[in-house]
This record gives sequence, structure tokens and C-alpha cells, in this order.
Amino acid sequence: MGFTLTYLSLVVLIPLSTVFFKTATLSWSQFQATITSPRTLAAFKLSFGAALAAGLLNAVFGLLIAWVLERYRFPGRRLIDGLVDLPFALPTAVAGIALTTLYAPNGWIGRYLDPLGVKVAYTPLGVIVALTFVGLPFVVRTVQPVLAQLDRGAEEAAASLGAGRFQTFRRVLLPQLLPATLTGFTLAFARALGEYGSVIFIAGNMPMKSEITPLLIMIRLEEFDYAGATAIALVFLCASFSLLVAVNLLSLRMLPARAR
Amino acid sequence: MAAPRMDPLTEPRGVRVALIAVAMGFLALFLFVPLVLVFVKAFEKGVSAYLAAVTEPVALQAIRLTLTTAAIAVPLNLVFGLAAAWAIAKFEFRGKNLLLTLIDVPFSVSPVISGMLFVLLFGAQGLIGPWLYEHDIKIIFALPGIVLSTLFVTSPFVARELIPLMQSQGSEEEEAALTLGAGGWQTFLRISLPKIKWGLVYGVVLCNARAMGEFGAVSVVSGHIRGVTTTLPLHVEMLYNEYQFAASFAVASLLTLLALLTLVAKAVIEHRAGAGIA
Repeated sequence: MGFTLTYLSLVVLIPLSTVFFKTATLSWSQFQATITSPRTLAAFKLSFGAALAAGLLNAVFGLLIAWVLERYRFPGRRLIDGLVDLPFALPTAVAGIALTTLYAPNGWIGRYLDPLGVKVAYTPLGVIVALTFVGLPFVVRTVQPVLAQLDRGAEEAAASLGAGRFQTFRRVLLPQLLPATLTGFTLAFARALGEYGSVIFIAGNMPMKSEITPLLIMIRLEEFDYAGATAIALVFLCASFSLLVAVNLLSLRMLPARAR
Repeated sequence: MAAPRMDPLTEPRGVRVALIAVAMGFLALFLFVPLVLVFVKAFEKGVSAYLAAVTEPVALQAIRLTLTTAAIAVPLNLVFGLAAAWAIAKFEFRGKNLLLTLIDVPFSVSPVISGMLFVLLFGAQGLIGPWLYEHDIKIIFALPGIVLSTLFVTSPFVARELIPLMQSQGSEEEEAALTLGAGGWQTFLRISLPKIKWGLVYGVVLCNARAMGEFGAVSVVSGHIRGVTTTLPLHVEMLYNEYQFAASFAVASLLTLLALLTLVAKAVIEHRAGAGIA
């Protein structure tokens, strides 16, 4: 107990508290100027927008993948099931260079997209691709166990009452899967917000266009503008924490609605 | 009753095939093709170029640094994870939920911000940086900084695995052992440890994978001094930024192998735990 607390304070809490101390060395107007500069705002917008887009993509496809893996039998299912966790295990820098090489204009996939006028690497679209990769397992892994434990009786009842398969899915199954999907989405979104390694390779990192917030913090640090970096980090931390709390509250409110 | 023409609890064959195809297509675009690409690019210039890339002195140093970091960070976080899970699962106290939240904090903090925290503490302009400078202690841009930021980032892994496991198991068996005269340490070794064995191994495997692969946090504190403070992921980045793509992917393939090994270990652990060995 005592050890847990000591360790936690040494490794986590003390470092975290320095954010507030360091930000406090800025005057209010300096603080304001740092966080409302066009470059910072553009980075905030890109980080939240791309994380949201990637989270939504993962929610839809994660649900589909969980469904396919849990309900259908096909060759290679076990192997694919195991590989879904790859983004958890693969170092982000490796993911970054692989995705960039793949989606660059001369890459295996990029060369087919380029003639169509779709540029992925070095654009905000590339940021979304990288964030989708890192968040991919979350929805699959939160929905899968719920799907496995669902009572088939309700589905049978719906079918015997004349509901079509799609109607059964929408009215009976989807409401039961939604909380888990939302949890997975929140986790994927949170992970995507802070992601750095996989994004910096594919983003091209142009200020105002494809520069994510963690990168901007990194740049400020390299300029030894510690206070500026901390101010951005503080706002970013608070914004992401409050978003997560909001989503968690929302999912809490969704649960009793179903129990009624 | 006559057998129904079609099982009402599943979809028509066409729909099933289409759903599988869409799911696999998505996975292929985002997972399988990138995975294959790493190995293809790594061997693009031949096996000898591959071997040269992974055995050059700077690469070897990066491997050593990465192994050293993991060798320090993983055992420390193992002990922390055990202690934290023990405290949360076996005792009742106020602020338990707060403690749970705090344990999770590193998961929701951006790696770059995690690294920044240590620069703020120990850097030249940091809180205790000047004092460290006077006493010639180097933390930032040196091994201690890399280890500390890795510790921060990987601290929740073992605890997160063990807490739900130990909570669901309760403490009746431990209490029985204690009443039968076993000491605290003996109870832990004989009763508690075997029960959580697989969860523990799994947590360690995940913790290790992250410790060896951490990029953002380490990137901030390392200073990128070639051959001194570059871990494997940083080495990959530097080679890539110098347009040495084949060498970069060669080193990256080592990390990819580590990731695949992690997944295999996970599958094996789940299989054994599922077979009721735990």
C-alpha cells in the first residue's frame, strides 16, 4: 500500500504536477497568446478532428470485424483474430514508416490512389490513416466479449415474431452492443489524441496544415520554449480529459435507458 | 415441425461473404499489407545488406540500450503492478477509485507530454535541473531519463492486468491459508501467485513490448545522440529520415518480430489460461 503510493507519486504524480508549476511561470497574457496563436489552434483542430474521424471509422469497422470474427467461421479466422492486436504490440515508429511507405505517392497502395487525385501521405488524410491503425483493436476487443455472451434467446424471439434479420440486428442486437462500442470508441479516441510516433512520419508536418498537437509541443521543447510547450500541453490535457469524462458520463446515461 | 428453409439466426450466405470481405479488406489495408511491407522492404537490398544494417555498431548499441531499459523498467513495474493490484483487491480503503484512476493516468497522457514532464523536472531549465548540473548528474539526454520516461509510460500494464483478476478471485483462499498457520509471504508464494500466474505473465509481456517500442516519450528525453542515447525505435527514425530506407526497415523488422512474438505469447497464455491451468 505504502509502496504503491510512493511509487505512484515518484513516477507519475510528481512529474505530472510540474505541468502546473511550469505553466504558472507564464503571465496570463503570455499564456493566452501561446494557446490562441493560429498555429496552436490549427494543431488543436487537426488533433481533435483527425482523432474523431479515426475513432468513428474504428467504431464502424471495429463493430463489423468483431461481428465477423465472433459469428462466422472461415479459414484463417484464429490467425486474423490474433493479428488484430498488432497495433498494441507494434512500436509506433515502425507503424509510422510502414504506413508512410505504403501510402506515399509511389507506394504499394498510394500509387493507385494518386492518379485518382487522392493524396494520403503528407496530408491530414494520412494523419487519419495512422490514427485509425493505432486505435484499431479497441472497439474490436470491447465488443467481442459482449457479442460472445449475448443471449441468443432474444434473437430467436425476434425472428419467431417475424422480424427480418436486419430488423433484429437494428432493434435487438445493436442496442446491446452500443455501450461496448462507445467504450471502445472512447479508448481509441483517447489513444489517437496523444499519438505521436506513427503520425509524424506520414503527416508531412506542415505548420497550420498537418501538424498535430504533440508534435507542436515537441517543436517548442526543441526550441527550449519550455513554458510555451507546457501551456499547450496543459490545455491539451484538460481538453482531452474533459472530453473523456463527458463521453463516460454519456455512456453511463445510456445504460439505465436500456434497463427500463 | 418442419425444419426452416433457412436458419433465421444467421444471414444469407451472400451477406455473410460480403461482410467478411469488407472486414478483411479493411484489415488488409491497415494491418496485413503494412506488416508484409516491413519485411519486404527490409530485404529489398539483399540478405547481406540486412545483416549489415542490424549488426553495425550503432545498431548494436541501440539494441543494448533498448534491452537495458526494458531490463530495468519491466521488473520495477512488475513489483509496482503486484503491489498496486494487491492493495486494491485485498484491502478496503477510502479513495480506492481515485487510486484506480491515477494508475490509469499514463495511458491517457500523450507520450510526448510524458517525456516533457521529465524534461521539466530534470532539464537544464527544470525544477531540479540546475542542482543536478552542479553535481554533474545527467538524467535528461542520458540513460536515467530514458528509463524514467519508460517507467512512466509502462507503469499501468501489469497493474491493469492483475486488478480485475485479483478482484474477481476474492481472498477466501488466502484467509484459509492464514488461519491454517501460513505466514504472509508463504501465503503469497503458495496461494496468490499461482492463481494470478498467467495474468502476471501477460502483463509483463505487454509491458515489455511497450518498453522496448516506446517512441514519443523517449524521443523527448533522449536528445538523439547517435550511438549513445538512441534506442531501437529512435534508430529506425534516424535511418528513415536519412533516406536509408532499407536499413531503417531492417531494424524495424527486429521490432516487428518482437511484436509478433508478443502476439504469439498472448495467444499461448490465453490458451493455457482458458484450459483451466491457472
